[in-house]
Amino acid sequence: MKKAWKYIFIAFVLIFIYAPILILIFYSFTDATNIGAFRNFSLHNYVTLFTTEAIREMIIGTICLAVGSAALATLFGTAGAIGSFYSSRKAGMFYESLNKVPVINADVVTGFSICILLVVVLGISKETYIPLVIGHVVLCAPFVYLSVIPKLKQMDPSIYEAALDLGATPAKALRSIVIPQISSGIVSGFALAITLSLDDYFIATYTKPATFDTISTYVVNATKGQQTAIKTALWALSAVIFVVVALIVAISYLRGARAENVQKAERSKA
Amino acid sequence: MKTWKFSRKSLGIPYAVFLLLFVALPLLVLVYYAFTNGEGHFTVSNLTGFFTDPNTLGTLCYSFAIAAVTTLVCLLLAYPTAYILATSNLKRKQVWLLIFIMSMWINFSLRMTALKEVLTLIEGNLARYPFLNAVVGMTYDFLPFMILPIYNTISRLDGALIEAAKDLGANDTAAFLKITLPLSVPGIISGVSMVFLPAMTNYVVLDMLYNSTYIMGSLIGSYFSAYNWHGGSMIALILLAIIIVFTVATNGADDSDRAGIGGALL
Repeated sequence: MKKAWKYIFIAFVLIFIYAPILILIFYSFTDATNIGAFRNFSLHNYVTLFTTEAIREMIIGTICLAVGSAALATLFGTAGAIGSFYSSRKAGMFYESLNKVPVINADVVTGFSICILLVVVLGISKETYIPLVIGHVVLCAPFVYLSVIPKLKQMDPSIYEAALDLGATPAKALRSIVIPQISSGIVSGFALAITLSLDDYFIATYTKPATFDTISTYVVNATKGQQTAIKTALWALSAVIFVVVALIVAISYLRGARAENVQKAERSKA
Repeated sequence: MKTWKFSRKSLGIPYAVFLLLFVALPLLVLVYYAFTNGEGHFTVSNLTGFFTDPNTLGTLCYSFAIAAVTTLVCLLLAYPTAYILATSNLKRKQVWLLIFIMSMWINFSLRMTALKEVLTLIEGNLARYPFLNAVVGMTYDFLPFMILPIYNTISRLDGALIEAAKDLGANDTAAFLKITLPLSVPGIISGVSMVFLPAMTNYVVLDMLYNSTYIMGSLIGSYFSAYNWHGGSMIALILLAIIIVFTVATNGADDSDRAGIGGALL
């Protein structure tokens, strides 16, 4: 009896989380302009989604921005984490505390302050994309740093020393000893950076060129506008993104489970 | 001339410069703008203006109320969910957890569109319940960020402690109240810090739900649209002060939980 209540509760939470998006996905396959007003099934939303130039540009732009700024953030964040980890305690504190600022700060404040510095004070035009990219790297790099640091701490320092004793240069030892051992942290930092950039609204709003839109800024403007065809085409976009996210989560889970099984098998052999 | 030698320490220099230029410097500029007027003269009128105008003070209180209620609702939904998932004997708990938090990887603006459509269907006119809708919207957006850290702390709990409590005569309720709940406080704090502050500032959630009430973030947005950098900087600075107080009060909740959001996927 008690058990039943538990499952009813988590079912209720699941419904709260997923019902709106699933209802929207259902209506994306109809010709309805408001949900609840169902008439006929139709794929016209998907046709609009894949043939409207503006939507295609905005999706490609969002992905390019996410991959580009995540790559830069990974470079900065990883190098920063390695540098900070091998620095003196004091220097480490310096990295740690400044790195923390964008993490705990509200995105509105981060975006606004970067806009003030770069656009208002330094006069860099938003049309150059420089403020936007810098803003997204500021948003993402601290999280890469936070994903890499624990891997550095888990590492056995004597392997690096051994490589030096055996004649490797510090650069070579770093490349072939340290980097491989922290690679899982770098990869998850990169993935996190991509999701942060994709989901950002505030930093983009305050720093983006007037003619450029990310998915977030585009959708927010479209819901305020009156263009019904675009509005319902975005329902189709929700469906596509839902499927893509579900696939990525499933694939990464299955790969993780397989890696775990391999590890278990190796351990039981040893 | 001394030749430059590669060292691991020097790898961090680009990031140190980056942090100074684009994290520290913007905050200094913010302070400068907050305490000057259009002619560049020092002034405290932005500060006193904020604390004497009943509108802005009202916005501050309203944001606190929305953030507090949202955090409470998230906690009341997330704690039992995380507890049930972490202590259940379901096979593949990890899959269930992923199902609960997967929604945070779907673009929030699309999720908000979905919520707006459903709420419009239920309520007819969204303007009728601005406070309720704001809380529902924020909860819908931030719930996964509360579930994940609480789940992590509960699932790491040592089950032997609970068994020991029961051996010593505690019933289920007592064991929960004396062992599980106190030991899951770090997860709760982590979750609260990831929900409370965004709920004070994330005004686009209100915008998308056709909600014309203002929270602190909306003030920055409206100063930004009016090119009033000085007024906007002061609001940003006040928010920053609130964030610092909040962070110190929660004693710098474990940052690894935030990084863990990416780790959950990989």
